[in-house]
Amino acid sequence: MIDVVYFAWVRERIGVPREQVETNAKTVAELVSELSAREDRYELAFSDLSAIRVAVNQTLVEFDAPLEGATEVAFFPPMTGG
Amino acid sequence: MSVRVQEQDFDLAAELAGFGDGAGAIVTFTGIVRNNPAGDLREMLIEHYPAMTKPALEQIETDALNRWQLTDSRIIHRFGALKPGAQIMMVATASTHRQNAFEAAEFLMDYLKSRAPFWKKEITTSGEVWVQGKDADVAALKRW
Repeated sequence: MIDVVYFAWVRERIGVPREQVETNAKTVAELVSELSAREDRYELAFSDLSAIRVAVNQTLVEFDAPLEGATEVAFFPPMTGG
Repeated sequence: MSVRVQEQDFDLAAELAGFGDGAGAIVTFTGIVRNNPAGDLREMLIEHYPAMTKPALEQIETDALNRWQLTDSRIIHRFGALKPGAQIMMVATASTHRQNAFEAAEFLMDYLKSRAPFWKKEITTSGEVWVQGKDADVAALKRW
């Protein structure tokens, strides 16, 4: 089980801020494919991955990052701090 | 050296009392909610990723401390619903000489813009829109 969390418009499109996902995905990209195949709202949210950033265990990573040891995966738009 | 993520406002003068530890130069930057070009901004909603925000800011601060000789540093970033004119965040850097303090403050700001997990949504009288990250903000990191 992995906790998957969403922020900003990604959260709005998926409709929940957090959920537990049972997955055998080896990488973030595989997790995205699995979720996108589930329901339209995921496919819509993940339709343009260039507009999405991902963090595994609260650290920014690329989409090819492995999920080994991952307890929390977060998807969100480019950050706008400051 | 400190990082705070908070909903409540901050008082710049109070933050600077005792700040610097004998520094010869203190640089501060305060970010303010500005109105949009149409002038109809009601609120700026600032969302963040609580489990990641403080560690990310602390990492950015550590990177600055490794790079410049600073006697002190502070980052405060607010979240929640903020009105136009409200303070959003501040950075302060202290050093023996001003160049280190100026450069480190700019470095902190550049990294805060696109590496700290905050998202802003403008609530206007005509609707809501997420503020998009700017390519220029990402490009700004290249100079460091």
